[in-house]
Amino acid sequence: MEILQAAFQYFLKNQSAFWHATRQHLVLSSAAMSISLLIGLPVGVWVAHREKIAQTTINIFNVFRVIPSLAVLFLALPYLGLGFTPSLVALSFLAVAPILINTYAGLRGVDRAIIEAASGMGMSASQVLFQIEIPLAAPAIVTGIRIAAVEVISSATLASFIGGGGLGDFITRGFALYDVPIMLVGALPVALLALLSEAFWTLFLRLYRKPGH
Amino acid sequence: MNYLITNFGYVSLLFGQHVRLTLIVLFFSLLIALPLGALVSRVRWLQGPVLGVLGIVYTIPSLSLFVLLIPLFGLGAAPAIVALAAYAQLLLVRNWVTGLTTVDPAVIEAARGMGMNGWQCFWQVEFPLALPMLLAGVRLAALSSIGIGTIAAYINAGGLGVLLFQGVVTSNYGKILAGSLAVSVLAIGSNYLLRFLERRAEGFRQGGTG
Repeated sequence: MEILQAAFQYFLKNQSAFWHATRQHLVLSSAAMSISLLIGLPVGVWVAHREKIAQTTINIFNVFRVIPSLAVLFLALPYLGLGFTPSLVALSFLAVAPILINTYAGLRGVDRAIIEAASGMGMSASQVLFQIEIPLAAPAIVTGIRIAAVEVISSATLASFIGGGGLGDFITRGFALYDVPIMLVGALPVALLALLSEAFWTLFLRLYRKPGH
Repeated sequence: MNYLITNFGYVSLLFGQHVRLTLIVLFFSLLIALPLGALVSRVRWLQGPVLGVLGIVYTIPSLSLFVLLIPLFGLGAAPAIVALAAYAQLLLVRNWVTGLTTVDPAVIEAARGMGMNGWQCFWQVEFPLALPMLLAGVRLAALSSIGIGTIAAYINAGGLGVLLFQGVVTSNYGKILAGSLAVSVLAIGSNYLLRFLERRAEGFRQGGTG
């Protein structure tokens, strides 16, 4: 309890730094999510319609996914240096795999008969994609986004190690001084952000799945 | 590459530490997850709350969880093992429960009808049928422990993360590269090995010789 009080005191005294770090964390996370969506969604759709290269591509991304996030972040350092850009590149890279794999899996899971029926009714390929396949694959795609979002928020904490800023700065600062309350000023809000993101996407999916929508 | 060659002994030492940390985590988390999952698969109303709580724990970012555990466990391997085992619970319990609850009730009834008692039925029928799902959970838990285990080096738990953090602090890119390479090899290798075991169990389940 005393630790929490001390953390709250530190927060009160350093509000501007705190809100600055929170903003950095959110900007970094949402920029990484936007980039990975811009890459993961179209590539996932493209791959799902190409039998031959699909398996290879998905296998490659499954291997990427296994590489620890800390390694991905730190590997950006030798090539891109310190700061916001290498963090953004690394986080975007981390988020592409779950989005791409789930988009692919969602589209492959759509019943072929439905697609054939839609084409038979005279729908064009893009109409089938946007009016049939994507709405039916949406739950899987949203699940991919949910997983990627939590991973990005979580890994954005590690961006502090390579000068990317964000709430991880309080954790590294607290660690350097071995001051647990300062660490908590970073650790608790990050945990809260991750849980909020998880709750948001879970709710989103539940509303989407409701009949009559 | 040069760093890896000239410091092969040191990298191997950290590699060994990382493997040991992962095995300890898997051992303790299975010790908890197996009975917990067996309980949840029988007392169905527990499924929602237990998986819900484990899901919340799993969502907490690793660096945050490490920090939260420092007041309780201090620094070193202990808080790392606790945190990694906590993350593994969701993956293990979820898969183990799915494996157990998807066993065809008719099969269990047949086994009981043949005169097996509850314990025999569990070990000889339910366990082998649920094993592939459990092993898939073990694989995911191992991968998460290896991955998050690199971050645990920050709180002095050792392992290959040490190379990454030392490399960043001293701008020794060879060290970062060697650490990343070693931990990726460990993760990808474990993935293949455990997937192989999964396939064996799957073959065994379907009545082949395995």
